Amino acid sequence: MADFRTPFSRAHGLGAAGHGVGHWITERVTSIALIPLVLWGVFAVLRLARSDYDMAVAWLASPVNAVLLALLTVISFMHMNSGMRVVIEDYIHRRVTKAALLLLNLFVCVLFGALALFSILKVALSGGAY
Amino acid sequence: MVELALPKNSRVQKGRHHPAPAGAKSVKTFKVYRYDPEGTENPRWDTYDVDTDACGPMVLDALIHIKNTMDPTLAFRRSCREGVCGSCAMNIGGRNTLACTHGWEEVPGQTCTISPLPHMPVVKDLVPDMTMFYAQYASIEPWLHTKTPEPQGEWLQTPEDREKLDGLYECILCACCTTSCPSYWWNGDKYLGPAALLHAYRWLIDSRDEATGERLDDLEDPFKLYRCHTIMNCAQVCPKGLNPAKAIAEVKKMLVDRVV
Ligand code: SF4
Ligand code: SF4
Ligand code: FES
Repeated sequence: MADFRTPFSRAHGLGAAGHGVGHWITERVTSIALIPLVLWGVFAVLRLARSDYDMAVAWLASPVNAVLLALLTVISFMHMNSGMRVVIEDYIHRRVTKAALLLLNLFVCVLFGALALFSILKVALSGGAY
Repeated sequence: MVELALPKNSRVQKGRHHPAPAGAKSVKTFKVYRYDPEGTENPRWDTYDVDTDACGPMVLDALIHIKNTMDPTLAFRRSCREGVCGSCAMNIGGRNTLACTHGWEEVPGQTCTISPLPHMPVVKDLVPDMTMFYAQYASIEPWLHTKTPEPQGEWLQTPEDREKLDGLYECILCACCTTSCPSYWWNGDKYLGPAALLHAYRWLIDSRDEATGERLDDLEDPFKLYRCHTIMNCAQVCPKGLNPAKAIAEVKKMLVDRVV
C-alpha cells in the first residue's frame, strides 16, 4: 500500500454527500404505502380469478380499481429500485461494474414500470377494445 | 470488499499442538489464530491444551498462562484486565468480546477458538491494526464544539440532559461492535461503523454542544451513515451492554426531523 495519505484523510474520504435522508424516507414511505396496496391487490386477484375476460375489463375500467392498480405498480417498482440499489452499493465495489448495475437497475425498473402502467391505462381507458 | 474465499496467502492452515504438562487433571483446549505478516508462512491454528487448575477463570488468564508457560511467541493486547481499557477485544468462540471479562467455561465444548477481531488487518496473531477505526472515530470530532464565549465556570447541563448521555459515554472503543458489523466488513473504507456513529450521537445530543447542524451535515451520506441496515450484530456483542444500533437509529431520526 504505497499511500502516504494520513488515516484521518482516508477516514474523511470525499466528505459527506449531503443526501441520504431522502432515500431513507422514500424507502419507509413506499413500504408503508405498499402494505394496504398489496393487501388490496391480493384481494383483487382472488376476486378476478373467478371472473371472465369481460368482467375483468369492466373491473379495471372502474376509476378506483385502475388508479389503485396503477399506484400498486408504480410504487412497487420504485420500492424495488431503491432496494436493489442498496444491495448493489453494499456488495459491488468495482466502479465500472457498480455504475453499470445501477444504470441497469434504473432502466429495467423504469421500462417495466412504464410498460405495466401504460397497459393498465390502455385497458382502463379503452375498456379493452383494440 | 466482498470476497467469497480468502486470498491464497490468508488461508488458515493447521498449526502446532502444545500438549498439557504431564499430570494435568482437567484440560481445556484453546485453538488460537497465529499469523506474522512479516514472515512468509500462511496463518495457522495452533492448539494449546491448558491445565485448567493452573489457570485463572477468564480467557485472558488462559492467554497469559499460555504465553508465560507454553509459548512466549504468542502476541495479544491487554492492559486493564477488568473491562475498562478495551485492548483485549478479540473473537472468542465465534463472538467478539473482551478476553478479560469472558470466562473460558462460558465457551461450550472442549475447544475454545480464539481469533483476532474479524475483517481487520492483522499486525500479529491476535493483534489487529486499529488505525482506520481510530481515524474514523477522530473524524466525527469527539469533543465539545462551542461558539459562545467560554463561561466563567463550567458549561451547565440539567440532570435530565446529562442522563441522555447514559448508555453512550460508557463506550470503551473496543471495536467489538464495528468489527462484527457486516456493513463495516463490506464497506469499512467508507462506512463509519457502529462505534464511531454511537459517539457521533453522543455529541449530537449533548445539550452543551453548539455544532449539532454541522455534525448532522457531516453524517448525511449514503455510506458514512446509511450503510447501517439495522442488522443488530453490534448491540448483540457489545461487552458493555450498549446499543449502537439504537444510537444510529436516533441519528437517522434527527436527520428526518430536519426535513419534515
Ligand atoms: S459500543 Fe460497545 S462494542 Fe462498540 S466500541 Fe463501544 S464498548 Fe466496544
Ligand atoms: S445495526 Fe447497523 S451498525 Fe449495528 S451491526 Fe447492524 S448494520 Fe452494523
Ligand atoms: S484488558 Fe482492558 S478491557 Fe480487557
